[in-house]
Amino acid sequence: MSTLQITDLHVSVGDTPILRGVNLTLNSAEVHALMGPNGSGKSTLAYALAGHPGYTVTSGSVTLDGEEVVGMEADQRARKGLYLAFQYPVTIPGVKVADFLRHAVSNVRNPDRKEGGELISMREYRRELYERMDELSVDRAFARRYLNEGFSGGEKKRMEILQMAMLRPRFAFLDETDSGLDTDAVNVVSEGVAKLAAEQKMGVLIITHHDRLLHYNTPDHTHVMLGGKIVESGGADLAAELYTDGYAGVRDRHPEVAAEADARREAAPPELVGA
Amino acid sequence: MPATLDTPPNAGARDFESPVADRPDVDLGNYRFGFHDQTDTYAFKSRKGLDREIVAQISEMKGEPAWMRDYRLDSLALFEKRPMPTWGGKLGDINYQDIFYYMKASSGQERSWDDVPEDIRKTYEKLGIPEAEQKYLSGVKAQYESEVVYGSLQQDLVDQGVIFTDTDSALREHEDLFREYWATVIPADDNKFSALNSAVWSGGSFIYVPKGVQIKFPLQAYFRINSENMGQFERTLIIVDEGANIHYVEGCTAPTYSSNSLHSAVVEIVVKKEGRCRYSTIQNWSNNVYNLVTKRAHVYGDATMEWVDGNLGSRLTMKYPACHLLEEGARGETLSIAFAGPGQHQDAGAKMVHAAPNTSSRIISKSLSKDGGRASYRGLVKIMDGATGSKSNVVCDALILDPQSKSDTYPYIECEEADVSLEHEASVSKIAEDQLFYLMSRGLSEAEASGMIVTGFIEPLVKELPMEYAVEMNRLIELQMEGSVG
Repeated sequence: MSTLQITDLHVSVGDTPILRGVNLTLNSAEVHALMGPNGSGKSTLAYALAGHPGYTVTSGSVTLDGEEVVGMEADQRARKGLYLAFQYPVTIPGVKVADFLRHAVSNVRNPDRKEGGELISMREYRRELYERMDELSVDRAFARRYLNEGFSGGEKKRMEILQMAMLRPRFAFLDETDSGLDTDAVNVVSEGVAKLAAEQKMGVLIITHHDRLLHYNTPDHTHVMLGGKIVESGGADLAAELYTDGYAGVRDRHPEVAAEADARREAAPPELVGA
Repeated sequence: MPATLDTPPNAGARDFESPVADRPDVDLGNYRFGFHDQTDTYAFKSRKGLDREIVAQISEMKGEPAWMRDYRLDSLALFEKRPMPTWGGKLGDINYQDIFYYMKASSGQERSWDDVPEDIRKTYEKLGIPEAEQKYLSGVKAQYESEVVYGSLQQDLVDQGVIFTDTDSALREHEDLFREYWATVIPADDNKFSALNSAVWSGGSFIYVPKGVQIKFPLQAYFRINSENMGQFERTLIIVDEGANIHYVEGCTAPTYSSNSLHSAVVEIVVKKEGRCRYSTIQNWSNNVYNLVTKRAHVYGDATMEWVDGNLGSRLTMKYPACHLLEEGARGETLSIAFAGPGQHQDAGAKMVHAAPNTSSRIISKSLSKDGGRASYRGLVKIMDGATGSKSNVVCDALILDPQSKSDTYPYIECEEADVSLEHEASVSKIAEDQLFYLMSRGLSEAEASGMIVTGFIEPLVKELPMEYAVEMNRLIELQMEGSVG
């Protein structure tokens, strides 16, 4: 059993504070939903947890089974078992999915592997990759394609989940994985996530506006973010309520945070809206 | 052909400062081929410097006919008359009187590696040539300093009439054929360095592929400079007769010295009707070599010429492989990779001249610069009056790996015909933080991630190389990338 403990986390992008004291505890095999209006800081939390150099932790801590994660490079975090499924996965021309992922899997499964060190055996790797591709309805031909180049929105998202399945993280953060997917794709991805969570006892933080992904991955906990803080936590019923009624109720219950968030949104540079 | 075709694109139009000048001695890092052999056992060494006496001496040493001696002397006069190019890279500190123009390391050319002098043989063993020869080549020439020291060609190709010899032997043994094509593609007065090469040329490959002969595996030449202040001026002439097919590969290295060496080759190719020639270069000179090379092909009806040009190493490279598409249906292609590291300037590109209807050309250029290196793409597409229905596509992409490094693009298009299709795409990118973060978030170290981005960037070109060379190219790029990040 593993625990990821986020304590009073403050994060800035440039000089602009985005997260202002986030507290959250994830345990193995738990599914958490993180909801909130655009610009409330959900994606910022995901990037900060994965170690994006553009997101500065100004105070607070993130520990994985007691070990401080803040200050680690992104690759160290991946080797410790953290995974971010990107909302907008980048394209890397000329780099084949299978080659890239073989390196990634080798590093994550053998965290002490040095550059140029031995890679996971090709046979074993290929068998496992094809198995996972079949499960997630990803055409095997994608193994030879360049990473995300020419992929549709849905194909990119499935590729994120495929990578997650291969890397078997202890904790995964899914950033709007369901946006841009059609219903069939949401079903495949949702089932895939649910299966991995169960099999691997993976802890999952699902960031979403919708309840579609949550339909298959019923959250044990739901958190609502507003103005860079978690203002409410509850169970699966809270997620359902937010999906049906929107955030008006939350704003009414926390008028001060809502007003402050609105004021900061007015003042924020436009590129940070949605962060 | 108008004279303008025979001058490099943009001659005289730009004169810029090169960062090379500000770097006294470049850090040569982990260049693998920087070792050198003793030179006191050489069979012959000219004195340093360039004048009529030296040129005549080279001709005499080789026992050449009078017409060639005269050609050399005339070329020397052309060289002396012509000013240094003021465009491209910084050529200022080449001292022509401080160079050895001719060195003969062994007494002759051998057909067995066992007969090659031990030092030289060991050098080629370190470079992996005999091993490659056994595995996947149809023939090999190994040039060491000025002369070819080893040569081989598979017997079945000999039987089909293929000639693969060094250029000096070709002049002796096939004088009529030689004279028919010599300097017809690149005359001595084409440019200053073609004049220099025409005066002091030595070695190089001479290949004739008879009508319809298909050569399955590549023929390779390997050029090695060993001495300090050496000038290597090989002269290559390839004639691909109608419907014939060849892939020729050249590799180049030199030791690391504190003073500079000069490599100034001329490569002339004739591809006749429906013939096909691919010429691949993986040049990996040490960082003190000036690499100033003129390469051009005349391409006839429905024939294809492909240049695959990998430029790593050297202090300054100026090289623009050209195709003159002279008859209907001729096709030309240049795939060029340039990697400019610390203290290096790669000024590379291609020239495509469409002189007949329905000709087509493609230029793909990928350049990388890091640690203060500078990579320039310079290219010309010229469509002449009457070349209706011609097509040309140019794609040049540059990747800059750090803020100290530089990339520039000088694309020239001259079009005298309306009914044509011309496309040009160019992109310059820096290794994006988002790409690095994405790969690192999957567990790749920063060095692995940037290496992977670089390998991916050149992948479309590397996959055009035969497997063995692709592996070599990737390995060279990896070496160049080592320690570049973090």
